[in-house]
Amino acid sequence: MEAGSTLSAPGATRNRSFRSQLLGFNVIWAIVGGVVGYAVGHWIGSKIGAHVTSQTETDQDDVAIFTGMFLAVFGWLIGLGFFSYPLWRMLGRPATLREREEHGPWRYYRLCTDHKVVGIQYLVAVLFFFFVAGLNAMFIRGELTSANATFIPAGTYLTLVGLHGTMMLLMMSAGVLGPLGNYLVPLMIGARRMAFPRVEALTLWLTVLAGFVLLSAILLGGFPTGWTGYAPLADQARGGIDAYIMSFALIGISLALVGLNMIATVVTMRAPGMTWNRVPIFVWGLVTTSILAVLAAPVLLAALFMVMMDRTIDTSFFLASAGGSPFLWDNLFWFFGHPEVYILALPGFGIVLEILPVFARKPLWGYRLAVASMFGVALLSFMVWQHHLFVSGINANLRPFYMFTTELISIPTGLIFLNAMGTLWRARIRFTVPMLFALAFFFNFLIGGLSGVFLSDVPSDVTTHGSYFVMAHFHYTIMGGLVFALMAGLYYWLPKMTGFKLNEKLGKVHFWGMFVFFNLTFFPLFAAGLLGMPRRVSSYNADLHTLNVFVSGAAFCLGASMLVLLWNLVWSLILKRERVGPNPWHALSLEWQLPSPPPVYDFDEIPVINSGPYEYGVPNAPPVADLRPRVLANEGGTA
Amino acid sequence: MSTGAATAARPEGEPRHGLRIAVMWAVFTVIVTPLIIFVVGPHVPPFDRSVQSHDQHVVNVTLLTLTVPVVGVIWVYFGYSIVVFRQHGDAISDGPPQTGNSRIQILWLAITSVIVLGLAAYGTVGLFGGSHGAGGGQGPNPLAKPPNASQALQVQVIGQQWLWTFRYPSYGGVETTDLVIPVGRTIAFHVTSLDVDHSFWAYELGVKADAIPGADNVAYVQPLKTGSFQIRCAELCGLWHGHMNTNGRVVTQAGFATWIAATEKKYAGVTKYLPPYSKIYYPAPLRRAS
Repeated sequence: MEAGSTLSAPGATRNRSFRSQLLGFNVIWAIVGGVVGYAVGHWIGSKIGAHVTSQTETDQDDVAIFTGMFLAVFGWLIGLGFFSYPLWRMLGRPATLREREEHGPWRYYRLCTDHKVVGIQYLVAVLFFFFVAGLNAMFIRGELTSANATFIPAGTYLTLVGLHGTMMLLMMSAGVLGPLGNYLVPLMIGARRMAFPRVEALTLWLTVLAGFVLLSAILLGGFPTGWTGYAPLADQARGGIDAYIMSFALIGISLALVGLNMIATVVTMRAPGMTWNRVPIFVWGLVTTSILAVLAAPVLLAALFMVMMDRTIDTSFFLASAGGSPFLWDNLFWFFGHPEVYILALPGFGIVLEILPVFARKPLWGYRLAVASMFGVALLSFMVWQHHLFVSGINANLRPFYMFTTELISIPTGLIFLNAMGTLWRARIRFTVPMLFALAFFFNFLIGGLSGVFLSDVPSDVTTHGSYFVMAHFHYTIMGGLVFALMAGLYYWLPKMTGFKLNEKLGKVHFWGMFVFFNLTFFPLFAAGLLGMPRRVSSYNADLHTLNVFVSGAAFCLGASMLVLLWNLVWSLILKRERVGPNPWHALSLEWQLPSPPPVYDFDEIPVINSGPYEYGVPNAPPVADLRPRVLANEGGTA
Repeated sequence: MSTGAATAARPEGEPRHGLRIAVMWAVFTVIVTPLIIFVVGPHVPPFDRSVQSHDQHVVNVTLLTLTVPVVGVIWVYFGYSIVVFRQHGDAISDGPPQTGNSRIQILWLAITSVIVLGLAAYGTVGLFGGSHGAGGGQGPNPLAKPPNASQALQVQVIGQQWLWTFRYPSYGGVETTDLVIPVGRTIAFHVTSLDVDHSFWAYELGVKADAIPGADNVAYVQPLKTGSFQIRCAELCGLWHGHMNTNGRVVTQAGFATWIAATEKKYAGVTKYLPPYSKIYYPAPLRRAS
């Protein structure tokens, strides 16, 4: 732990020339490294795969594709400079520490260990892929304006469905943890950085790579399995499924690492006085999410590894005809998949409960209960996965157990509603854009949760399983829940992150468009499911035509409302910048006591926390923290 | 729900918010519940073409009705709060610093726990009690059997990309692409697959059972009315998943006897070349599409 590991390393602020920046490690070299890595790996793999029968009998060589992708990952990371630090240290030379540069736009285009830079990078990446996946949904709805497969070929249609689902799942699992988590958690707990900054940067660049690897499925022939990747269909599919496997694996690794980093940060780096009772509820939401990510993602990795081996070296984990079982995939995937659903839900709970007290001007009602219910959701989410398999014939006599555990989850989620209701009681509610999104979260999540009760009940699930009812249900929980919460979070925290105000009028247009058309899109789909429309079809019964045309129209308007968000970001952050002060919302929590945007090292001195983050209306409440403590300056959470 | 504690701490001149919310909730529930039961209810699928679909219909309507008071609590409370507790103007002032109330929290926990236990009991009874298996696939050795399951007509449903075929083991193992079943008799569908996962969905009959390679998935149904019904695939199975549709027919007992005799005769030449009837089949290994 010599000079190299302190944050204010001399030379870190040195200004470099444009040429030196261009030639140094950055995202351009990462792309070059990835392409070269893929080419080399593909060549090596084709030499190996030439000896495997199942590879030579088709026009695609999965061994070559996978070796190519593995080396592409390494090429990408080398181009970003992830290996230079350990390599230089092994050679006994001083490390360049370029990733610790403090100024300049170049930091955003390469490996950087400042948690605020990583947060912004994450946000741009996640939003980019979010819009790509949303565009896929527009194509899907376009095709569904006709009752028969028309302008999109069947294989392309399934690829669009798979890309939409997988990309949304990949990006939204990282969607709050990555951008808001990395940026805000240190600010909220009084730390100067995350516990493992290089790991933090690694998770970001793996996420970016995962998005592009998933898109490469288009070049490899697409994949027909949707986001669930059911084997043995995945064993049989063309090379696009290799991209699905690889991208999901990259996200799995990234998620587990994000989770570990988050837990380590919150456990070890809280400022003096930041007791567990004073940790903001948003941070609790991310901690419980992280626990799920750390425990669930490895199971996914194992399952993906098996299907990769099935496809390359002729194992038969999922082939019944050769001693395997399709149920194995179902079990492993949903053992990951259901906690994954709550990896998507819990950050949303955290965001809305964080925002409600600010605009209700009241303390969070039932803070401990909210924390307990988040842990309750996290625990129960590992005990429900076979409710995805109620009609599959697996463990049929265990169905009452899974029905019971599934319905149990409505107790902790119901408590989140109680927290909100208690907070709103005799409050002083201000309808800012973040507050509107937070309130809409509860409207949508109520419908999402109650439709889940139908799916948890076995007799009712026989009607609804595998139909558009399920599809409407999880869009109500994930889009109506998480994405609305994410929007609330963006409108709430972007002024802090950028220092610029977001246009309120455009924000309200965005909100009302998104809220109205979201409900017009997805509520009718409950009916489509009950009337017998299966998921993931491009042709359906003629009597459902009118309903589908209506839904498609609403979906296009929903898409247009997202463009308003995009326009608002461009307008407010680039074209018509309007500075905000440190605390535009008059919030009491710690992150709002810093300048907007916060300085490079966040806190001049590690603050001493004096009270909880929600002391609204509490008589004689001390300020949340002493930002210039005279004693204690070097005790506890020094960075 | 918050009435008691809230009114206890009610300052002078403050209206009785809790009471107002309770009254509005009661009015909402009293008006909407009958609408759901009598107006919406009859239109909730999957209707009554079989014992199982009728049971599912009843469950769906019951659950829908139960959502009314819950939706009422949340909508009325949130709606009331954002109207009445709204801060007008730009002034920032704080609300009362309430941080929780253990009596309300315990009451809420108790109520939601009772609802959840009730739902779980209702679902379990529906599955094993009156519902005769609810029409869902329940594996090779189902516990939830209809009363006369031992005399059930066995029909094997075979899924393959992208076609359903049906075998009648008690009629010489004849295999056909038409599903015809007699009304009033218990049918035991044995669902399996030759290649990838499918899901056999006989929509009007209220039957859904996944077709998994190497697995025998049994679902029972007792059709109550004659007529045609739709068959779909409800599990993504590849390129033409959306086109894996056909129609089945429920016919009279006599009509079935005539049909099966004719079908047996028609396919006699084919049946003798089929593999012998089996609960599961292992065809040639799955091949990569090239």
